[in-house]
Amino acid sequence: MDIIVEGIKQAFMLLFTLDREVLGITWLSLKISGSATFLSMFIGVSIGTAVALSQFPGRRLVVSLINTGMGLPPVVVGLFVTISLWRHGPLGFLEILYTPTAIVIAQTVIATPIVMGISLAAIQQLPANLKLQILALGATRLQMVWILVKEARLPLLAAIMAGFGGVISEVGASIMVGGNIKGYSRVLTTATVMETGKGNFDIAMALSIILLLLAFTINAILTHIQQRERPR
Amino acid sequence: MGGVAVLDISGLSVAGGEILCLIGPNGAGKSTFLLTLARLLKSSKGDIAFKGKRINSNHSLLTYRRNLSMAFQEPLLFDTTVFENIASGLNIRGMNKSEIQGIVEEYAERFGIRHLLDRSAKKLSGGEAQRTSLARAFAVKPEIVFLDEPFSSLDPPTRESLMEDVDRVLRETKTTTIMATHDQVEALRLSDRIAVMNRGSIVQVGTPEQVMNHPVDEFVASFVGMETIFAGAVTKIYDGVFVTSVAGRDIEAVGRVAVGDMVLCFIRPENVTLSMENSHEMTSARNSFQGKIIKIIPMGLFYKVQLDCGFPLVAYVTHQSMENLSLREQKSIFASFKATAVHVVRKEK
Repeated sequence: MDIIVEGIKQAFMLLFTLDREVLGITWLSLKISGSATFLSMFIGVSIGTAVALSQFPGRRLVVSLINTGMGLPPVVVGLFVTISLWRHGPLGFLEILYTPTAIVIAQTVIATPIVMGISLAAIQQLPANLKLQILALGATRLQMVWILVKEARLPLLAAIMAGFGGVISEVGASIMVGGNIKGYSRVLTTATVMETGKGNFDIAMALSIILLLLAFTINAILTHIQQRERPR
Repeated sequence: MGGVAVLDISGLSVAGGEILCLIGPNGAGKSTFLLTLARLLKSSKGDIAFKGKRINSNHSLLTYRRNLSMAFQEPLLFDTTVFENIASGLNIRGMNKSEIQGIVEEYAERFGIRHLLDRSAKKLSGGEAQRTSLARAFAVKPEIVFLDEPFSSLDPPTRESLMEDVDRVLRETKTTTIMATHDQVEALRLSDRIAVMNRGSIVQVGTPEQVMNHPVDEFVASFVGMETIFAGAVTKIYDGVFVTSVAGRDIEAVGRVAVGDMVLCFIRPENVTLSMENSHEMTSARNSFQGKIIKIIPMGLFYKVQLDCGFPLVAYVTHQSMENLSLREQKSIFASFKATAVHVVRKEK
């Protein structure tokens, strides 16, 4: 019991005094996961929307693949990214293994199917005739897609936030490709693993509290989006 | 579509400023035809020519689409204000803000929703939403407007009120209109010509009177079901009843009209009663005319009797009554019907 209480007390001390290291780790987490989410937003929303709006042979298979991708275990992604970036691997010449860039790559691979899958559902859920109505108002294909994206803005936002939520709390791939190097590739999750292993529960708890706050904030926003007034 | 031939239409031409209604049962292909005409669906064979020019390249397609507009059975509004909804077609065309302002207000006024401009589209009633959808379609000042059963999802009073407004806007703007409906009264009220569709083909095209009085086949006749139709002008109104004059005879009917209005009247054949003598004083039927039986047609369980009372009138009569009255062609007979049996539609001309 003492360990826990002591740990919590120390954690709040670190947070209130704005401990350099804790802040640094938090900032790095946000930058890396933010970048990954940003990239996955472009790839995910565009492909998700494109698949939602088109008919082509094999479409069902593509949709299944996307949905399967949403459940991809992050450690598996970590393994494949590591192999690709390994010294003698296909992309080894880039020498980016154990850098923040590698984490961004891995997290993008993890987040993209999530964003893609939810975007696909968001666009497909729009009324079937809406696309025709927009075209009937004289829109070019590009204008039509833009208007549909605007119409589905809230579910699409939910898709992006789900992507962010998935990667900010990810640890397996981040350790494997990042290397958990202090001040360089050490993020909230990887640092927590390390500090817990060392028995530094105060730091570990401080980091966890921040992580919890981030997770709860995301979920609160997602819930709000979900529960917003439904159209008549 | 998907390998199944949904539409098989040899040809149709629509004149500028004309209102054409496509009527037919569900599944006849009306919506599909409308979408094909608006080039929202591609036909595997055939061409559409707009003002003499064929539509084939991408450029002419966009030009064509920007000259037309469409409203569907569901309002399909965007998740924003009524103002932004009505303005959407104008925004798509890149019009500037100040011009948009004026046009949106004008069309909101025309459809009676000016007071709702700032309201969110999610907070509208069914009728208000459909008005917004129509205002949006008309705000782009289309050369042709396609309406796919725009009143179907509304309750009768809302439908009536909206139909009046649409009728007025169509006449004022002289917009060429092609409207699909399964309600013949809507078609009769609003259209210059009617095209009756069945199973993907157009069975008959003509003015409402032509289609109603001279149906080209069994299907049209039974779909239309109103055997007697005539037009007249309202001459008198009294005691909740109005009188319209047709071929020199005065016919009494019930309806909200003013003296001088042009009206279309229909009477279902089952509401016409035949008798040997003038029953005017003895029944509540206010209309009683002497006429001659022109033709008697067996219809299975009953007979269809076509009469000439100065104007054409059709009655349905049972075998029993045929016997009792000894009905035969060329026989003189009295025909009567109640004022309340006359279905009346005011024609705006």
